[in-house]
Amino acid sequence: MRAAIAAHQSGATVAIISKVHPVRSHSNAAQGGINAALTDRGDTWEDHAFDTIKGSDYLGDQDAIEYMCSEAGSELISLEHMGVIFNRDDEGRLGTRAFGGQQRARTFFVADFTGQAILHVLYEQLMKSDIRVYEEWFVLSLIIEDGACCGVTALEISTGRVYVIRAKTVILCTGGLGRLFEPSTNALIVTGDGIALAYQSGAPLMDMEMVQYHPTTLKGSGVLITEGARGEGAHLLNSDGERFMERYAPNMMELASRDVVSRSEQTEIAAGRGIDGCVLLDCRHLGEPLIRERLSQIYEIGLDFAGVDITREPIPIRPGMHYLMGGIKTDMDGSTNVPGLYAAGECANVSVHGGNRLGANSLLDTVVFGHRSGNHAAEVARNIPYKDINVAAYAAQEENRFKDLFSRDDGERWSQIRLDLGTEMDRRFGVYRDEAGMKALLKDLEGFKERYERVSVQDKGRVFNTDLVFTLELGFMLDCAEAIVLSGLDRKESRGAHSRTDYPRRDDENWLKHVLVTRAEDGPRLSHLPVTITKWQPEERKY
Amino acid sequence: MQVVVSVRRYNPEDRGTPSYWQEYGLEVEENASVLDSLIKIREEVDGSLALRCSCRSAICGSCAMRINGHAKLACNTKLSDVAGEDGKVTVEPAGVMPVVKDLVVDQTMFWDKVRQVSPWLQPEGPEPEAEYLAPNSDMTHLAGVMACIMCGACVSDCTVLEMDENFIGPAALAKAYRFAADPRDAEDRSRLATLSEYSGIWDCTRCFECVEVCPKGVAPMDRIMSLRDRAMERGYDKTYGARHTDAFEESVTHSGRLDELRLPIKTFGFFNLPALMNMAPVGLRALLRGKMPPIFHRSVPGVKKVRQLVKSVKAQQRGE
Repeated sequence: MRAAIAAHQSGATVAIISKVHPVRSHSNAAQGGINAALTDRGDTWEDHAFDTIKGSDYLGDQDAIEYMCSEAGSELISLEHMGVIFNRDDEGRLGTRAFGGQQRARTFFVADFTGQAILHVLYEQLMKSDIRVYEEWFVLSLIIEDGACCGVTALEISTGRVYVIRAKTVILCTGGLGRLFEPSTNALIVTGDGIALAYQSGAPLMDMEMVQYHPTTLKGSGVLITEGARGEGAHLLNSDGERFMERYAPNMMELASRDVVSRSEQTEIAAGRGIDGCVLLDCRHLGEPLIRERLSQIYEIGLDFAGVDITREPIPIRPGMHYLMGGIKTDMDGSTNVPGLYAAGECANVSVHGGNRLGANSLLDTVVFGHRSGNHAAEVARNIPYKDINVAAYAAQEENRFKDLFSRDDGERWSQIRLDLGTEMDRRFGVYRDEAGMKALLKDLEGFKERYERVSVQDKGRVFNTDLVFTLELGFMLDCAEAIVLSGLDRKESRGAHSRTDYPRRDDENWLKHVLVTRAEDGPRLSHLPVTITKWQPEERKY
Repeated sequence: MQVVVSVRRYNPEDRGTPSYWQEYGLEVEENASVLDSLIKIREEVDGSLALRCSCRSAICGSCAMRINGHAKLACNTKLSDVAGEDGKVTVEPAGVMPVVKDLVVDQTMFWDKVRQVSPWLQPEGPEPEAEYLAPNSDMTHLAGVMACIMCGACVSDCTVLEMDENFIGPAALAKAYRFAADPRDAEDRSRLATLSEYSGIWDCTRCFECVEVCPKGVAPMDRIMSLRDRAMERGYDKTYGARHTDAFEESVTHSGRLDELRLPIKTFGFFNLPALMNMAPVGLRALLRGKMPPIFHRSVPGVKKVRQLVKSVKAQQRGE
């Protein structure tokens, strides 16, 4: 939506195509806040950049990080001007809370539903601008002609009709791919559609092995407990009641980087100091009034989804799949390697998060690079004509695909394959990984793909056929999984979220570089690109 | 836990087949939500079951539907709380809005109503360089309204919308309040003027249904009442609703109880014959059922105490 608003303000004719109504998007789930270094608070963007670079385990491109952090202040203020009701300090200015991996409190927030509060305000601006939204339209493929993207084919879910939409430029803002993993904190819609679409169209994916495990998620459902809880002072305890982070990150304790905290938890659990596969998050000492005001949603989630009143007892949590640092390789304008095709947000990799994203940098990433890619895509669109494409042929192609799908009755349904995929991804591509596990996973993937070739759809109707949509999503998920596992096997070191038990150390000499996967005619191809370093040389990470 | 989920099914492609109930017997975990059971049906039993859902944690607003007759989010409703002793629970699409298929409703009208209240911040003058200054208490208060996830549960069960689809409705009016009460917004006056018109804040019948069903504690009806107060404070007190409120207060202050015969006269005006004639059937029905209020209105004993009470409430409102 940020990209659409920017492009609209640049004078372009814009439409949003979304498989759900915009306010149902997964940015809702960003609870804790959005980072920005405001100079009038004595903070500097350079400090924010350093924290981000250190958090990224030096895999983030420093020019992109510099841009994101230096733009953060103005982007935050423009969100406030649009109407976001940020929490205030005593003087009525924007108030902050502490977040992980950062030396000072620079996270701005709306209680513990910052993402929702921003998402809904962006939608207000969308209504104000009267930007057309194709709600509940599912993109089937990108149309690439002469090497450039010139539109999409899409399914109108409510009618089951296929449409071809021509466009001079297309920006993918489709989020991550959490549902490749079971469990995951991510919403059910987060299935890597845009990442797979770009991959299928020949755009390289970068650092796909960088999958973040969030330190505090509920067992079973994987529902997220905000880092804001630890930001407000909550403790992590093992089965002995010990604040075990003392041993892993004596300075930052619970507020070390997410990869560090998740590894520590996993180590405690593996050493038998967990409780039923979990450790405990203790909020009791924060007191009920603070919890009710600033962690209201978490209080509700504890009651509804774990049956725990967090004001009275600690809540069992475990590391859970949460975010993809990797994604479609873009430059700072959001351009991919395919002309006319852009990407921004979690589906893209600029790269600002490198090997590990700091909490509250994801909302920032979406608005900063959404804004910039919207401007750039509008500018480019101004100077090129619409391509004359054979609309009927593209529509027929998709219709034929559906006919084929609907005609099969003997195959498995999407649900079993998706569950098996998720279970194996979680098992073999968890907080810790190794060569043997990932190779086995690659083999499993071959099996899943074969099963998918024969998949059948139970619902043969056209109106609101979610059975069909989930089947199509699974195809996207399998493509994303391939890129993740291949990248994971390629990177023979431990950096950020990619912790390999067989290569336990960071290896700057050989692996201070990005891993790229591109789909070529003869299958996936791996390549590498150097990391951009401006002024922060890699150092050992200590928290 | 064994449950029987009874789902109201409808498929427009099965021409001529009206909606019908379909029962699914399932074994679910003790802590399972209604959504868990619907997902289980969709994934393991019947792929044609249509519903919207995404986040599973009551933040995306996709899965509002009627569970045992009342609008709820399926994701944060535990089966153990709603299933009867026989393990049975009924699930239907949300009300008021037209059904697309099974549990999916067309929310076009919902969003049209939201659009109707110009739901975006309209500050005055040039933007400041930095943020607008605003008290945290105001922002925290607004966060309570902004917590609305636009799920439509309140609209589904609104008793006014059931009768009059022109009513702006609880969700959109709560959204309007969010701007009218925002210290940064400069258009509160024009907003309140528009909202005082037909289909706006005075059309709510205060049935509490929206407060009851809202899964996020937004309490839309309370926001509508706050909008009424603000509208009257700003001088929009000539509407029937506002005059009804004034007449109500005057009558209670005067005699300690409602003078129901004088109420319509005060509300509509003595010479507003068409409006008063409209009330005639109501009066006639009351008369036939023996519910006609007494022609000679008398004060209650101890009316002085009532007056004192009114006085002290008013003083409190003024912050004295």
